[in-house]
Amino acid sequence: MVLILLIIIWETASKLFEVPEWILPPPTSIGQETIIGWSDYNHHLWATIQLSVIGFVIGSSVGILVAICLHLVPVLREAIYPLLIISQNIPIIILAPLLVVWFGFGILPKLIVITLVCFFPITIATLGGFRQTSRELHHYMLMAGANKRQIFFKLEWPHALPSLFSGLKIAATYSVMGAVISEWLGASEGIGYYMTLASSSFRTDRVFVAILFIVTLSLLFFGLLSFVERKVVKAPAQEDE
Amino acid sequence: MGKLDVQNVSKSFGNQQVLQQLSFSVQDGEFVSILGPSGSGKSTLFNIIGGITAPDTGAIYLNGQDISGLRGNISYMPQNASLFPWRTVLQNVLLGEEIVLGKTDEEEAREMIAKAGLQGYEQAYPHELSGGMKQRVSFLRSMKSPQSMICLDEPFSALDEFTRAEMQKWLLSIWEKHRRSVLFVTHNIEEALFLSDRILVLSNKPARIQRELVIPFERPREEELVLSKSFLDYKKQLYYELRE
Repeated sequence: MVLILLIIIWETASKLFEVPEWILPPPTSIGQETIIGWSDYNHHLWATIQLSVIGFVIGSSVGILVAICLHLVPVLREAIYPLLIISQNIPIIILAPLLVVWFGFGILPKLIVITLVCFFPITIATLGGFRQTSRELHHYMLMAGANKRQIFFKLEWPHALPSLFSGLKIAATYSVMGAVISEWLGASEGIGYYMTLASSSFRTDRVFVAILFIVTLSLLFFGLLSFVERKVVKAPAQEDE
Repeated sequence: MGKLDVQNVSKSFGNQQVLQQLSFSVQDGEFVSILGPSGSGKSTLFNIIGGITAPDTGAIYLNGQDISGLRGNISYMPQNASLFPWRTVLQNVLLGEEIVLGKTDEEEAREMIAKAGLQGYEQAYPHELSGGMKQRVSFLRSMKSPQSMICLDEPFSALDEFTRAEMQKWLLSIWEKHRRSVLFVTHNIEEALFLSDRILVLSNKPARIQRELVIPFERPREEELVLSKSFLDYKKQLYYELRE
C-alpha cells in the first residue's frame, strides 16, 4: 500500500515539476522501458541470476563449513573469529578491483566477491545457533551416552537449522548485490554491466529498470528460502517450557 | 538383569563436600527412591552414576561391572521433559534406543505410546503437548531405552498436584508391566512412599544415607493407599527424619 502511494506521489511530482527524464524518470517511463527493452536486457538478467545463484551456493557452502569447523574445534574459533570480523570490515568495493588484478576478468573474482559477501552472515548465524543449544538437551544426550557425532547430528545441527536459515536469507539478498558489484568492475554482461552502461549514457530510466530487477531478484530469493525453510524446519525455534 | 551398586562414593567441589561415603544398591527389578531436600547433591549423584562426573573416591558397579566414568549404561529421565522440539512424539520416544543401539523398533514404540494413553499423538510435536503429556513421552523414552537401569530425576516436580498424582499412578502401571530397576530421586515424601520398594533418606550437605526404609505395601498399589493408616505412619516417620 505504502509502496503504491509512493509511486503515485513520484509520478505526479515528476509530471508536476517537469523533472528532466535523465535526472528522475517517472515510474511510467520506467515501466515502459521495462517492457520495450526486454529483448535488449534479458540476457543480462539471466547472467546475473546465474552468477548470484552459483555464488550463493558456493558462499553458503563455505559459510556452513566454516561454522561447523569453528564449532567443532574451539581453538580454531578463538583464533579465527576475530579474523572473520576483520574480513567484513574491508569494503568490498575496494577489494573487488584488487581481485580483478589478481584473478583477471573471468568468473572467478566475481564468485569470490559473492562468496565473501555471503558466507559471513551464514557463519555468524549458524555459530550462534550451535552455541545456543539447550543445555538440558545436551545433558540428556550425555546421560544417554551419545558420542560427539550423535550430539552433533541429532542435537546441535537440527537445533542450529532455524538460525542457519536466517543467515541464508540474509545471504541470499546479499548475493544479488554482490553479483551486481562484481559486474561493475569488469564484465561483458549482467545487470551490473547494464547499469554502468545506462548511467554513463544518462539513460536513468534503464538504471531504474536495473534497480527494479535487483530488488525483485532479492525478494524472490528471499521468498524461495523462506519456502524451503518452512519445509525443512519442523518445529518452532524455541520451545516454550 | 539390572543391579546397581554404588560403593563409597564421595565428591567435593572445591572445599564443599557434596557426597560423603555414599553406598547403596538397587536390586534387579527393584524401585528405589532417594529422598532428600533440594540441593542435597542428588543431581551430582546422578551425574556420577551416568558417567558424566567422576567420583573423587568410590565406584559404581552395574551387574558387577565397574562403570564409573562410563556413559550410556543407564537410561535417564531428566527433571524437565527435555524433548527434542523438532522430533515427533514417536521420534522422541525412539531417541534413547537410537543413541545406544543405532537402530529402533518402531512397532513396539507405537504400541507403548498407545498403551500409555497417547494414541493419536505419535506424529505430534512437543510444543503441542501439555506438561503432563511431555513427561509421559519423556518417561516412555527412558523405558524404551535398552539399558536395564532407569534413573529418574524428580520427573514430576514441575507438575501441579493433580497431574502429579495421576502421573504417579500411570508410571506404576507402566512399570509393573515392564519391570525394570529404577532409581528415583524426589523431594516429595508421599511420592516416594507411593512408588517405592525401598527409600533412602539423604542428609543435607554433605549427602550421606541417613536412613533406609523398606516399604512393604503390596503391588499393584491403589490410590486409596495414600490415605491408609500405615501409609500415614510412614509418612510421619519420614517427615521427622527429614526435619532432623
